[in-house]
Formats: sequence, C-alpha cells, structure tokens
Amino acid sequence: MARMHVETTINGESAEFLCQPGESLLDALRNELNLTGTKEGCNTGDCGACSVMLDGRLVPSCMVLAPEVEGRSVGTIEGVAQGDELHPLQQKFLEHAALQCGICTPGFIVAAKALLEKNPDPTEEEARYWLAGNLCRCTGYDKIIRAVLDTAAEMNGTNGAATNGAAG
Amino acid sequence: MSERKFKQVGTRPIRHDGLEKVTGRANFGADYSLPGMLQGAVLRSPHAHAKIVSIDTSPALEVEGVKAVISGRDFPIPTREGDRQQYGDVPDLANNVIARDKVLYHGHAVAAVAATTIEAAQRGAEKIRVEYEVLPPVLDIESAIAPDAAILHDDLVCQGPAPVPSSPTNVARRTLLSGGDIEQGFADSDVVVEREFTTPMVHQGYIEPHATVVETLENGNVTIWCCTQGPFAVRGLTASVTGIELSKIKVIPSEIGGGFGGKTTIYLEPLAVELSRRSGRPVKLVMSREEVFRATGPTSAGRVRVKMGARKDGRLVAAEVVMYYEAGAFPGSPVGAGCMCALSAYCFDHFVIDGYDVVTTKPRVAAYRAPGAPIAAFGVEQVVDEVAERLGLDPIELRLLNAVQENDVAPYGPKYQAIGFRETLEEARKHPNYSATLGPNQGRGVASGFWFNAGLQSSASVHMNEDGTAIVTTGNPDIGGSRAAQAIMVAEELGIGAEQVVPLVGDTESAGYTDLTGGSRTAYATGMAIIEASQDIVRQLRERAAKIWGVELDGVAWEDGRAVPSNGAASDVEPLNLAEIAAQMGATGGPIVAQAAVSPPMAGPGFATHLCDVEVDQETGKVTVLRYTTVQDAGKAVHPSYVEGQMQGGAAQGIGWALNEEYIFDENGVVENPGFLDYRMPVASDLPMIDTVIVEVANPLHPYGVRGVGETPIVPPLACVANAVAAATGKRFTDLPISPPRVLAAIDGD
Repeated sequence: MARMHVETTINGESAEFLCQPGESLLDALRNELNLTGTKEGCNTGDCGACSVMLDGRLVPSCMVLAPEVEGRSVGTIEGVAQGDELHPLQQKFLEHAALQCGICTPGFIVAAKALLEKNPDPTEEEARYWLAGNLCRCTGYDKIIRAVLDTAAEMNGTNGAATNGAAG
Repeated sequence: MSERKFKQVGTRPIRHDGLEKVTGRANFGADYSLPGMLQGAVLRSPHAHAKIVSIDTSPALEVEGVKAVISGRDFPIPTREGDRQQYGDVPDLANNVIARDKVLYHGHAVAAVAATTIEAAQRGAEKIRVEYEVLPPVLDIESAIAPDAAILHDDLVCQGPAPVPSSPTNVARRTLLSGGDIEQGFADSDVVVEREFTTPMVHQGYIEPHATVVETLENGNVTIWCCTQGPFAVRGLTASVTGIELSKIKVIPSEIGGGFGGKTTIYLEPLAVELSRRSGRPVKLVMSREEVFRATGPTSAGRVRVKMGARKDGRLVAAEVVMYYEAGAFPGSPVGAGCMCALSAYCFDHFVIDGYDVVTTKPRVAAYRAPGAPIAAFGVEQVVDEVAERLGLDPIELRLLNAVQENDVAPYGPKYQAIGFRETLEEARKHPNYSATLGPNQGRGVASGFWFNAGLQSSASVHMNEDGTAIVTTGNPDIGGSRAAQAIMVAEELGIGAEQVVPLVGDTESAGYTDLTGGSRTAYATGMAIIEASQDIVRQLRERAAKIWGVELDGVAWEDGRAVPSNGAASDVEPLNLAEIAAQMGATGGPIVAQAAVSPPMAGPGFATHLCDVEVDQETGKVTVLRYTTVQDAGKAVHPSYVEGQMQGGAAQGIGWALNEEYIFDENGVVENPGFLDYRMPVASDLPMIDTVIVEVANPLHPYGVRGVGETPIVPPLACVANAVAAATGKRFTDLPISPPRVLAAIDGD
C-alpha cells in the first residue's frame, strides 16, 4: 500500500513524514520521526503513556491516525523543556521523586501540563480526576499528585513551602 | 553495630537518571532500533490445552517481506543439564518460551515470524498452519486435583513429604512446615476461628510491555537489548534455551518500565535470537498489552484455609494453614514462599503449614513482588483480626501481644536477629490516622506483613576520575531509583556529594556478575559490594596521600573527603582533598579503581503494618479508600523518598488486588479481560494520599543497617482492605476482589 505524505507541526517546528494510512500517530512519532519519548503501554487508549497535545487538546496518540495530523500542531514530551530549561513540572517531578521506573513519566508530564494550562490552580481531587487517564504502577500516585500541586503553587506564586518560610 | 553518623545516607538528592526520564530521552525496551532491523510477530495458541499434531510454517515464507519463520521444533530439545538452580527449570522454561509438542494455555507461543514490516510479519504468522488435538482445559484448583483431571504433564511426579500422589498428577510439589502439637494447641485454645479464602490470578501490571532487539554476527556472537530485571539471567536462560554458548551472548539492559518480578524471566529473547540467526538481520520483538496479559507470568490464584486458636488473654496458641496455589502451565507457584511467610510474624507454639503447587492450563506464573506472601497474608491477617474481634481486643494490641522479636524462631527455621516489627505496630498505633473519626458506612482495618528478602550474588566496581569524581558500575537495572541509592553509598564512604558520583548500569560484559534487581536485594546486597569497593578506594586514596607526604599508611586518616595527617605523622602538612589526590593519580601509582563481590546467604527480613479506612457505598457496593497508612522497618533508608515510593507503590498495587483486579477466564480458558480497560488497575482518582512512616531498626547483616524494602509493602494491603470493609459492613469478605457486585450481594443478604 502506498504510504501517505503528511505535513504537520511538531513542537513548534514544521515536520513531514510518510506513513501507512492506518498507522497511529504514536507509531509515526516513534518509528518515522524517532520521537521515542512518547511511550506505548497499551495501544488502546487506556494508559496515557502516549499522551500528546493535538491543537492544544490532550489526546492519547495511539488513538489518533497519523494522517489526521496533516496541517495541525502536535506537542510531545520532547517539546516540554525550553532550550536547557526544564518545565517546572519536570523539575518538580525530580524534586518530589515522582517517578520510579519512569515509563509513564512523559505521559504524566504532558497530561499535567495540559491540566495546568486549563486549570492553573487545581484541587487535589481535580488533579486526580484529570490524571485518571494516566496509569502509573510504581508510585501509588502520591508523589505525582504532590509534584503537580506543588508546581501549580509555584507557578502561581503561592508556593506552600515559601509561604510557610516567610511566615515562620 | 556502631551508631554511625551519616552525611549522605538518609538525604534525598535528585536521582541521576531523572533528567533523561522527565524529558523523554531515556531509552526503554521498545526504543531501540538498528539499521536493517526486521520486525517480529508471534503466533499464539487459540486453545488452552492441546497437542500440536503438525506445524507447517512454509506458507509464511511466501508472504512478501517475510525473511524468517520458526517454530518450537527449531530449538534444541531442552534437557535438564542446562538447569541453573537459581533460574528454575530449563526444560519448562524452554517449553514456555515456545511450545514444542503441547500448548498449555491460550496465548502460548507456537511460532514466530520476522519480516520487513510488522504488518508483513503478522500476515506471515496468520498463514502458518497448525493442526491441534484439543484437550480439556484445567481451569481451577478443584478440577486440577480431581481424580479424573486431565493431566498437563505426563512426566510430572509430585515432590515433597508423603502423602502425595504417586501417579501422574497436576500437583507438582507439597511443602510442609510444622511444630508443636497442633491438636493439643487447638484443645488449649479458648477461641478458634476457621475460614477459607480465595484470591484470583492477577498481573504485575508494569506499564512497559516486554521488548527486545537482537543482533547476531557472522561469528555467532549475539547481542540482546531488552528490558529486564536481570541481564545475567537473560544471558544464562537464553543460552540454555537456544544452545548458544553463554560467552557468545551479550545482554544490554535498557531502562526498564516496571517489572515487579515479571521481568525476571524470558519470553521473546530466544525467538528473536533464532529469527535473527536465520535471517542474518537484527530482529525486534515487542509484545502488545494483550500478549502481556495472555502470555507472560501473572501470579497465582490461591485457595487458603486458616484455622487459628487463641487464649482469652490474647495469646495466639495454634495455627493450621493449608494453601493451594495455581502455578499455571508449569510447576513453580510461589506456594513455598507463601508457606515461609504465612505465620512468620507471630509466635505460635503449635503450627502446621501445608502448601500445594498445582498446575493449570493458564499462563505460567512469574514472580510478583513478595511472591506468595500477600495471598497467605490475606487469609492469616483476616483471621488474626477476627480473633481480636472475638476476644474484644484492639487488633494492634493483639498483634503486639504475639509479635515476633529478636531471638524468636521463624516457622521455616531461622532465628530472627534485630527486627522492627513491634516498632511498626507501635508507630501505627500512635499515628493520627488510627484515631481519626469514622463516619457512617466507614470502617478501619489493620494488617501486618512479613517478607524474608533475598541476598544472592552481587558485584560492583568503583573508579576515580582525575577531577575527584567517581563512577560506580553494577549489573542491576534501575527499576525505581537504585542508581541514586548507589551513588549515595559511594558518596558516604568517599566523603563527597552524591552528585559527584556517576552511577552506571553495566551490561553483561562491562559489569561483574550480579543477580537480578529483585528480592528487595539491590540496596542491600549490591549496596554491600559498593560500600566494600568504596572503602577500598578510600584505602588507596590514603596510600596515595601517604606517598605524597612520605609517611606510612597509618599516618593518614580519611575525613570528610580529605586525607588528613594522623597518629602524629606529617603534622605540618595541609590536608589533601579528593580532587587533589586524584589529579596526581598518574604520578603516585596510576588509576584508582576497586571492585568487590558479595554473596550474603541471608538478608534481614522486612516487616510492615498498614492502616486502611474505607467507605462502602450502600447503593452500589463500591469501596472507597479514604485513608491509607504504611509503616515499615527499612533498617536504614538510604534515599527516603524512594523508600516511601516503594511503600506507596506496593500499597497501591495491593489495594488494586483487593478491590478490582482479577483475570477473568471463560470456560475454554481464554482470558476475557486482557487490557487495561477491563483489567482495572488503580488510577489516581481511586486512591488517597498514602501516608508513610519509616521505622529504622538496623539490620545487623548490612554495614549501614539497610533492609530490603521493595516487596514487604504489598503483603498487608489485601487483608488490610478486607478488614476495613469488614469493619464497615459487618461482613467478612473471603474472596477477592472485593468488587461492587460482591459487596452489594453481601449487604443485600441482610
């Protein structure tokens, strides 16, 4: 079967690739573009390891056909850090030890970034429900949720630790 | 042991491999590719139990793009000569990797294809013609041990103490531990509680499916990239299954996306090796999630009967535990470990522990975090709870009255050295969550857990860089922050910061032999080797300083990362720091390197006590976990964040096992829920924060007092959740999972 030519934008840069008509965006990212930071955990849209942004919307890339991104904008984990500066979420994941094996981490960071863009000051419950589409089997989610809430506090200038320090 | 003041141990540096993992750069199993690489697909059995009458692989080769096809008959006939005791039974392993004469579960591999694209490989696999003679499936313990059961293995002889079956059987082994006089013990008891429990088959649920890339060279050398807990195990096992000399195989472990015991064995590697040998091209094989569920090792379904007697004063007197664990297609359930753990937390003068390893036509089980122990604890810890209830005693008080301590003897033999079980109970009792107010339809559960932990073999090498930084290399894949712990241990000895140490995971040719990352053994055993090698480095650094100062070795002490004069020698010189000595390595004797190896026969056991509060929805039967608290003796927490992470992660897995997770088989032995939608693992909105309390009772076997921490946390939760639900509903739940339909049926039974 002839492969399709797709022109798109990935992490702000124009990109093009060839793919099978039935190929998933996940496979195209990983196999055609060597963007292997996006992970496959299930290929059925249930685990969130392949989370990416498509025109500003959080999607599991295994559930998107690669040809569908023609003319659209895709954001992956590789585009989250800016130059040599980590996104605050990435830094907080490190500080809170919010990863153990790390396979789910790119998906969690992409999904959490989408959460904070939509809701900069989520409650714990809102964070837990937003991230319910991302499976982590190692951490029990505790440190992940803390990292996300701490990131929100820091980005809003209401960092809990800093406030306590000033008060103390 | 001395009360050592630690400078690095107990701190929380950012893990060394973290940057790669939060940016997507880290390479996991499926992230490797090689030029000219083929993609593989595996043909799997559509039957749970059948003889393979014939296989015709030739039609696959007619598919465009297909370069190689193999079946079980392309592998050497497995013999027991290749057995390596630590890895289990090689013929069974080989027959599990690819069926030869018989398929023993739905999804059992029967053939494999390599092609230029994955689609071509899958088309090729579909063309393979297999003729089966279908046999009756054997899908539970009752039918497996029935007199007229279909026999899985004609040559299976039951091992263990009499009475055991003498004719062909599905019972592979009996384990029997006993002490005292059990009948007298029950006669001496004021209260006797007896119940039977069942747990379903559950999966480790690591998020990364198994994956491998294999390249074979013209000289027969083989390189395997794969996600594994044990690269040396992959090398040894693949050599045994393929007949290739061990020294011709090099295994390079990728980053590993979870394992929990499930990546301690092999599935794809021999298939990829053989496909690569035949095609002369690198071959990649990656499992789908469905294949992971159908064809890799979950842990056993179990049936556990517990009878326990106690005196009115709360003293436990006697216990009888009879356990049947399903091994799946080949012998080797963790029932032996279950027997070792079942009663090891309490003192019983009279006990019998009787365990049976039973084969069924289901996937061959693999290790899963404290293998066997949670199933036993699900029964024992609920019965302990019920004994406390019957005696009107607080469940922690009853446990404290009976908790094992130093010098007590475990049912499986060893005498405990210093252990922290009582401390976990005391800390749990003091925790605010133990006195938080409960509302309507809410209940609180307590359960404890024991795991013996493993020692096994480890090695480590440490070498100095010219700028005074150090590199430590081991053969243990980093599954949850072990690199950071290893760097901390080197830093502690050298007197530098953990960030000045680079921890590396070596491959089977760059690291010395090391057993797998598992058994909660890495920080303990590999840590011992690292500390020993680091101490050797310090001795060499002192030697170099002595040489520079022109004094004897005992004239140099090592303090805070510096050589300082001691014993009155060279008192006029300035201390030399590590960087200064390292800069002069070439002139003072050459590179500074050290290695060490250990094989501790024992490890200090781990104990934990958990608290769980639940609320039960009276209309839907749904159980919500409101609070969860884990208290565990870590001996010494090297990196407390990752110790807490183990405690939280184990608790979460256990909560999933208790409330949601189960393999559902149809009457033909086909798994009906082989995906994350229907095999429902906990998600973030299912859980509360999981509170942790680390207790530190130093393990006398380790120089820092470290105990393994990874496995113990999954032992208590099954019973802890069940005890909480019992408190909330007044109903005992003896069958897992405690799912809404079961809860609703129990409530509506009123």
